[in-house]
Amino acid sequence: MVTFLYYILSAYIAFIIVWNLVKSKKWQDELLYIIILIPFILRILRLK
Amino acid sequence: MKKIKTPTIRKSIFISFGLMVIISSGINFYKSRHMKEPVVMSPGVTQVKRLGQYFSGIAGTINDSHVYLLEGEQPGGTILVLGGTHPEEPAGRLAAWIFVENAMLEKGRLLVILSANKSGSTVTRLGGAYPPDYTIPTPWGERKFRMGDRWSNPLDQWPDPEVYIHYPSNQELAYVDIRNLNRTFPGRPNGTLTEKTGFAITQLIRKEKVDIVIDLHEAELQYPVISTIVAHERGQDLAAMASMMISGTEDFNIGMENSPPELRGLSHREIGDHTQAVSLLLESPEPMLDACRGRTDRKLLLDGKDEFLVKAYQHGLLFEKIDKNGWPIKKRVGRHTSSILQITELWTAEHSDKEIIINNVPKYSQLIKNGVGVYLHNPAEAPPVRLEWE
Repeated sequence: MVTFLYYILSAYIAFIIVWNLVKSKKWQDELLYIIILIPFILRILRLK
Repeated sequence: MKKIKTPTIRKSIFISFGLMVIISSGINFYKSRHMKEPVVMSPGVTQVKRLGQYFSGIAGTINDSHVYLLEGEQPGGTILVLGGTHPEEPAGRLAAWIFVENAMLEKGRLLVILSANKSGSTVTRLGGAYPPDYTIPTPWGERKFRMGDRWSNPLDQWPDPEVYIHYPSNQELAYVDIRNLNRTFPGRPNGTLTEKTGFAITQLIRKEKVDIVIDLHEAELQYPVISTIVAHERGQDLAAMASMMISGTEDFNIGMENSPPELRGLSHREIGDHTQAVSLLLESPEPMLDACRGRTDRKLLLDGKDEFLVKAYQHGLLFEKIDKNGWPIKKRVGRHTSSILQITELWTAEHSDKEIIINNVPKYSQLIKNGVGVYLHNPAEAPPVRLEWE
């Protein structure tokens, strides 16, 4: 149950990052969002 | 025609970059996690079981590891060798591998687990930049092994608690050690994956009426418990004799230490306390584990050469010596094979009703002369019935 909630939380944070990426206007922020999104995606896909 | 805005193009480029990183690293991580290691079983292996047969709660999980049984023609005692309790200590796994691929039992039984915590063998230390695998050269080619970690893979057990409370002692331990198999013995049936694994091994020891358990490890040179046999109270005589015999007859020295009663969760303490078996743990030196090491790569893992550690030794900061020759894997594996053979010989000399006689396993001097690869056989030439995968 806790593990399931953890994955829900990870997916939610990934969604927020993507949302911020879409709304962002500064290229520095966009690049930063992409970089911090990578570990969340890898975890949601159960690759790392 | 609608014009594409510059920010959209820029974002698309960044997303493409992110996807490339995710795909390439994801493929790497997937391959590493699912890599299969061949085991060419010796004709001495009479059965292959799984941990799930001793505790159904672990059946079907990643830690439902193989248990290799080698049975002699004549009855006798039973010894269990644990490899891969800490998979990032490769000499332990390789020594166990050599027993499964070569040993022939004359009397008694030998049980071997190559991947006691298989989950831990599918990941490396997070942020540690460890190599995911390593290869051992052999006369017929190369054998590849997973590097592994000290702890179970977070993909299999997560999240960790703020403080890990060991069962059944209630001792408070570091949070991350709830994924450390050598802190979760004797385990519990309704616990985490790692606790269940410990419980399955404890059940195996009880059900198979194991007499001696030897847990194979490696240690940092900065750690005082190194090049030694750690023994439960009921194994102190055996370990002390083995230490003296090895240091007198082999080309290496090994010490002996008592298992601290207040340090809970370790195999040498809990297996001795909770089962009928005599519990011992062997430590050999692994420079790659030291915090002051240099570049962390496959070369360091296998040859154990590190200039920073030599410098630390010269300053008196280490508990084991090291020089420019390092600690090659054949030395570390040889220490384990010779120690196990010596322990069984001494056990047999003292227990005429529970003899354990193991043949065809190389000792330290043979491993130094021939290397590890000579004792690993070619899976391509093995008949399918003698081939297993870890």
